Amino acid sequence: MHELSIAQSLLGIVLQEAGRHGANRVTKVAVKIGALASVVPSSLTFSFDLIKEGTPAADAVLEIERVPAMGICRACGVRMDMSGLVEACPDCGSKEIELSSGQELYVDHIEAE
Amino acid sequence: MAEIEVGRNILEANQTLAEALRKRFAAQGIKVLNLISSPGAGKTSVLEQTLRRLGGRLRCAVIEGDIQTDEDAQRVAACGVPAVQIQTQGACHLDGPMIGEALDALELEGLELLIIENVGNLVCPVDFDLGEDMKVAVLSVTEGDDKPSKYPALFRAAGVLLVNKIDLLPYIDCDLERIHATCRTLNPQQKVFDISCRTGEGLGDWVAWLESWVRG
Repeated sequence: MHELSIAQSLLGIVLQEAGRHGANRVTKVAVKIGALASVVPSSLTFSFDLIKEGTPAADAVLEIERVPAMGICRACGVRMDMSGLVEACPDCGSKEIELSSGQELYVDHIEAE
Repeated sequence: MAEIEVGRNILEANQTLAEALRKRFAAQGIKVLNLISSPGAGKTSVLEQTLRRLGGRLRCAVIEGDIQTDEDAQRVAACGVPAVQIQTQGACHLDGPMIGEALDALELEGLELLIIENVGNLVCPVDFDLGEDMKVAVLSVTEGDDKPSKYPALFRAAGVLLVNKIDLLPYIDCDLERIHATCRTLNPQQKVFDISCRTGEGLGDWVAWLESWVRG
């Protein structure tokens, strides 16, 4: 729902990094978004494409990598898919499960010249 | 063509500000709650009931977030507690800068508990740290027992869940046990209170717990 404000923060970081490295044209922006981050990739792309016009990132392609929701059992250490509701560890039955990935929302790298 | 490693959180600006707010609150000994629910779950009623039952035993203040109007701030002020209204003018959540600005209008000296009532929305407010010590989720039984599994992010992140409007349970098809079971799965450490702001049921337990949490 707030993809436009996320796109604005994203563009700010991209332009700052490009400027810091003396680049004047950004060609690619690679971001990682966790499956549980409540961010819709198509909306983020739409918003980013809308606001990048007229900036050094105008030609940048937004590449979104989805990070799956994964958990790890605190009792036995087994890893499991957390995209649905997981009530207990499938191996040992423990209910102490820690979310290990799926909430990411970060810029991994950019390509610029 | 060069590849530039970045590795920066897209919400870093908000996160940095939230951490600064958290330090400021801790330095002044203020506990902070971020109250989140869908529109109409009863956040403001919970606030009114909580503040009235605390009866001045804790020095409280409230920051009210709404898309429009200051009706909620007026309701809270009627309980004798300082309240600042933030009108987001359409934004679906509160963020760190809005809280920083609202604090300018509050006397923080001597304050023990600050409650931030977020914009009614089960999704977006969860992503924006406001420097709070704890998120409190309010879910009304009329919304349905499937909400925690459909919107897991809030129910996973909330330290306390208030299940409101339980006086309506005889009239609707809502399985209270399903709400409890799903939330236990999402967050085994979560403290849960079943309450009715209309009849007062469960509010005594919640307020007693809150008071000892603030003092603890």
